[in-house]
Amino acid sequence: MAKIELNNIAHSYNPEASNPLFALKEMSLSWADGGRYALLGPSGCGKTTMLNIMSGLVTPSHGSVHFDQRDVTRVITEERNISQVFQFPVIYGTMSVYENLAFPLKCRQFPEDQIDKKVKEVAEILNLHNYLKNRAKGLTADQKQLISLGRGLVREDVAAILMDEPLTVIDPDLKFRLRRKLKEINAKYKTTLIYVTHDQNEAMTFADNIIVMDQGEVVQMGSPKDLFERPQTTFVGYFIGSPAMNIYECTASSANQVSFGSNIISVQTNLDSARSKNLKLGIRSEYITVEGESGENIFQADVNEVEDFGNYKLITASQGVIKVKAKVKRELNISSEKIFLKFPAEHCCVYEDNKLI
Amino acid sequence: MSLQLGNISLKPTEQYHLNDVTLNFEPGKMYTILGRTLSGKTTLLKTIAGLQSPDSGSIHFMGKDFLSIPVWERNVAMVYQQFINYPHLNVRENIEFPLKQRKMEPSLIDKEVSDAIKKVGLEGFEVRKIQELSGGQQQRVALARSLAKKAKILLLDEPLVNLDYKLREGLREEFKKLFKGEEASQSILIYASTDPLEAMQLNGDIIVIDEGKILQVGSAKDVFENPANAKVAEITNDPAMNLNNGTIQDNKLIFNNEIQFDLPSNLQSIQPGDYQIGIRATDIHLDENGFGFDVDISEISGSETFLHLHSQNIKCVATIEEVKSYEVNQVVKINFDTSKIYLFKESGELLHSPFKS
Repeated sequence: MAKIELNNIAHSYNPEASNPLFALKEMSLSWADGGRYALLGPSGCGKTTMLNIMSGLVTPSHGSVHFDQRDVTRVITEERNISQVFQFPVIYGTMSVYENLAFPLKCRQFPEDQIDKKVKEVAEILNLHNYLKNRAKGLTADQKQLISLGRGLVREDVAAILMDEPLTVIDPDLKFRLRRKLKEINAKYKTTLIYVTHDQNEAMTFADNIIVMDQGEVVQMGSPKDLFERPQTTFVGYFIGSPAMNIYECTASSANQVSFGSNIISVQTNLDSARSKNLKLGIRSEYITVEGESGENIFQADVNEVEDFGNYKLITASQGVIKVKAKVKRELNISSEKIFLKFPAEHCCVYEDNKLI
Repeated sequence: MSLQLGNISLKPTEQYHLNDVTLNFEPGKMYTILGRTLSGKTTLLKTIAGLQSPDSGSIHFMGKDFLSIPVWERNVAMVYQQFINYPHLNVRENIEFPLKQRKMEPSLIDKEVSDAIKKVGLEGFEVRKIQELSGGQQQRVALARSLAKKAKILLLDEPLVNLDYKLREGLREEFKKLFKGEEASQSILIYASTDPLEAMQLNGDIIVIDEGKILQVGSAKDVFENPANAKVAEITNDPAMNLNNGTIQDNKLIFNNEIQFDLPSNLQSIQPGDYQIGIRATDIHLDENGFGFDVDISEISGSETFLHLHSQNIKCVATIEEVKSYEVNQVVKINFDTSKIYLFKESGELLHSPFKS
């Protein structure tokens, strides 16, 4: 196991060109030993390039990769002590489950008794112990995926297990079991797990640290709570949470107030250095409350639609061209056409050039 | 102009795919067939389209025997889970294909195709090749082709399930608008889904199906508030409604012989005895003075956290209205809002709903 560091990494697939295009823009990141990480972003954001740089399938055009103190930038995959799990289970179908799990150790010529002990231990935690003699071919998709994972776990020297959308082919019911298993394994073996996905819920459920990527850049690294409550960019505000964050173009009208349309909203951000800038105000629909009358931080709007989702109601309202979505309790009765929506100052995020101030 | 299914059954193997299905569809209304994977939704749609013949039963459309009409003359359009388009044709050609087949007048084709392109928001993409489009755009093409056909019956089989959740969020809203449009009043719209939130948002009539059998038909609100039986309560809630064995005796309500409450006032008239107790995940909350439960896993969904919990005899899921990770096996204290509980007879039939006095 190891701490993985990416130092000033950048990658271009045409670095020699006069105007190279970067799939990955320069960044430095460090991955703590034993952490549970997710790399999250829409397709084409650079997450797979980043994963391939860590596994050694891609040599970065700029910067270096360190496993503990060792520079592995140019070390090939086989010598990196990385284990990988792909979208589709990669197993030796004709071998038994036992032989599949033992394979990485056999290749490294571990003594039989040590292999036997380790395989049995890993099979136990993966609930594969009753299938050890079965052919891998006959197992369910999630069990096959557990074998792929197990081949990483039998080796005590792996620096990290890299998983690229590992639950894609798994049925929804089984996904639940597998997610739980992944968390348990991480707690027991303290193996660093890095999980690539485009699915927000998947990432937030799995990881305690999420790296959000957009257009080749890391835009935020943080806990699910951080991403939800303080999105560092307007993209994160849109991408995380459902519905997306409400975002409005605005200007600073004082050191702690923004204005848009005819609204003046107090915020807890110091805007002194952003007075003449084009700003954006972001507020989550979960934090907006419905009030009985006008007052401070009230956004007055016409109700367009109230959708009953059963567990909550979603109000869509507008003030001219400015739209807002507010998520409220189902019990709340919305009878009038006009509505007073409060944007609590402590939940207002202000963005300059789409970055949180 | 109604579509009537009478006692439709289909039993190709040991199991029923459709079991004595009788339904009535009216134009201008939106119907959502809600059921789990393999519950018979697709089979039902295929039977209406004519792609599958039932073993017994009848289908009538506008008074005519639909089963004797071949598929190509049924005037039915269907949108599938997978994005089905002609890969060698561009967007416009894909959409006009069925109209050309019908030998429609070219000027009319132009108009219909342009209308459909506009409706699904693909203006500017007319000459793009299918492979150059994102998944969401490909599904729009499939939808536009169905709309251009001006079919009297439009069947949508989980059209959003293969898109990631941000795209799904946006397209679902657009679908809803589209289905409320003028011409929708002339057609019958049937939408199959596994997702209770989607069914609630579409806000049409919900048809709950399980193991090929129709369990309930009603407005979204009514099915949510008064599920006909315990199975419906599970299928129409995400997370599924928590069901546990319970007993009413000596003015107490006891969950699985483990925890007990004073009998809530709205249950005073219920006979003592054994029941299934249903409680929604949203009606279980964290409470420092509550009961200790172990976390199986915390799952983050959009802006909420689903806590999967167990105690000695009780398993349940609680929805926490924030984004927060909990560790596997962490202990949390929870409480149940007993005024919100449902009672089902041992047969599963609904006995008491908090929405019915």
